[in-house]
Formats: sequence, structure tokens, C-alpha cells
Amino acid sequence: MASPLEQFEVKPIIPIEVGGVDVSFTNSSLWMVAAIVVATVLLTVGMRGRAMVPGRMQSIAELSYEFIANMIRDNAGAGGRPYFPFLFTLFFFILFCNLLGMIPYSFTPTSHIIVTFAMAAVVFIGVTIIGIAKNGVGFLKLFAPSGVPIFLLLILVPIEIISYFVRPISLSLRLFANMMAGHTMLKVFGGFVISLGIVAGWAPLLFIVALTGLEIGIALLQAYVFTVLSCLYLHDALHPGH
Amino acid sequence: MEVEAAKMIGAGLATIALAGVGVGIGNIFGNFVAGSLRNPGAAGRVFGNVLLGFALTEAVALFALVIAFLILFG
Repeated sequence: MASPLEQFEVKPIIPIEVGGVDVSFTNSSLWMVAAIVVATVLLTVGMRGRAMVPGRMQSIAELSYEFIANMIRDNAGAGGRPYFPFLFTLFFFILFCNLLGMIPYSFTPTSHIIVTFAMAAVVFIGVTIIGIAKNGVGFLKLFAPSGVPIFLLLILVPIEIISYFVRPISLSLRLFANMMAGHTMLKVFGGFVISLGIVAGWAPLLFIVALTGLEIGIALLQAYVFTVLSCLYLHDALHPGH
Repeated sequence: MEVEAAKMIGAGLATIALAGVGVGIGNIFGNFVAGSLRNPGAAGRVFGNVLLGFALTEAVALFALVIAFLILFG
């Protein structure tokens, strides 16, 4: 039987090579493009009517706008408003990468750490630049919480600095590991169905149905968590004094 | 001991981290249920935070999984 990790293999669809570097259009790129197309179509077609009383499609678009706008207001404060387009795009890209990956025989781009790490690195570098640009040297207050005795600062500052630089790793690893673990688990239980056959195979099959529901929940939850944490990091950059 | 066998044992040991995660997730939802029985009005407002805490705790389990995979296949 095939290994449960076989589904994560990146296969080139259109091989392209530029200057000795492999930049092929792979199945990963195909599903990333699909995620962008689905999200764009959903939102633009949904908002085409611009009705005063929204229909179903328009409600989805308006509710998702409000959902992200509220998330930014609650977690990043009023100063987070200019970054709405980026966070909205981030949320929808991750969400549709995760959700389209739940279709059988499809591919989940977010199950590869390089994809999630690239997104986390963009968030981390962007937030750091915003923090320095907005606060200058005051940004360093982030690493030294106010009202702490001086001898405690000796321990606290290194911890704060380490926890700041671990952020992109934990942010990317969380999304990647969730997606990979979920899909591997589905595949392993799929293997149980085959090996137990028609007699006892229905038991893991029922479990797979429940797991698929859970995985769709996790797809939503992880997109939410990634965006909320980006909002919280943005809040730190905008208001570094704890 | 053979390296293969040691790898298997190591990967199994890496899953001990799940004990802590089990306690953590149980704590989150247990306290949420207890709190929402005391004050049902506030339950809806904190549910987002509950899910965030759940996801952050679950991530620790997945870090253990990544370590297990690294030991097995790395």
C-alpha cells in the first residue's frame, strides 16, 4: 500500500526551467491559483448585484468583510485599519487553500512548510518594519515590559527577544502541521477501511466521515488563528509599550 | 541496539507530549463550560478566545508530531 505521505508529493505539470532553476508550474501552484480564483469569483460575483437587501451570495461577501473588519478592530485596534486588505487576502488565501485541499485527489498547498513559512515570514518582516517605522527606537520597548524591576529585566529581555524571533516559526509550523497531520490521519484511516475489508471496514469509514467534518472545521479555524495572530503581532508593532 | 529500532522507540517517546496537550485542551473546554454555566451571557463572547486557545494548545501536539516524523524519516 502507498505511504500516507505520498499525497504531499509536488509533481510538475508544466516543466519550466529558468537559468538552471526549476520554476515548474506544479500541482501546488495549480491549487494556489484555484484558491485565488475561487475566492475572487465568490467575492466579485457576490458583490455584483450591490442590492440594498443582500441575497445569499452578497451576504457571504458582506459577512466575511465584517468578520475580518471586526477581528482587526478587536485585536489590532483602530490603527490596524490600513492593513485590512492584506489581512483579508491572507485569510481568504489560507482558507481556500485549506478548504480546496479537502476535495478528494486535490492537493493542499498549506501542507508544505515552505508555503506557510513564506507567508509567516512576510507577516513577521512586515510587522517588524511597521513597528520600527511607526515607533522608531520606541519599538524596543516591546522587549522590556514597563514596571518590571531591573534585575528581572536581565532574565525577561532575552526571553522576550527569543519569543519574538520564534514567532514566524511557530506561526508557520502550526498551520503546516495541522494540515499535514489531518490529511495523513484521513489517509491512515482510509488504509484501515481497505485492510479490514467489507466485514469491519465500515467502522473506520464512519470515523472518516466524522473526521472530514472535523478537518473542515480545522481548515476554518487555522485560517482564523493565522489571521488573529497576525493581528496580535500588528497590535504589538503599533503599541509596543505593554 | 539497531538504529531503526531506536528510531521507532524515539518517535514513540516523542508522543508523550500528548499527555500535556490533553490536560491543556481539557482545561480550556472544562473551564469554558464551567464559566458559561455560571454566566451564560458571556459564553458567546469568549468562544472565539476558547477556539484560539484550543488551536494554540493543539499546535503543541503537532510540534510533537513534527519531531516524531523528523526522528522517523529525518
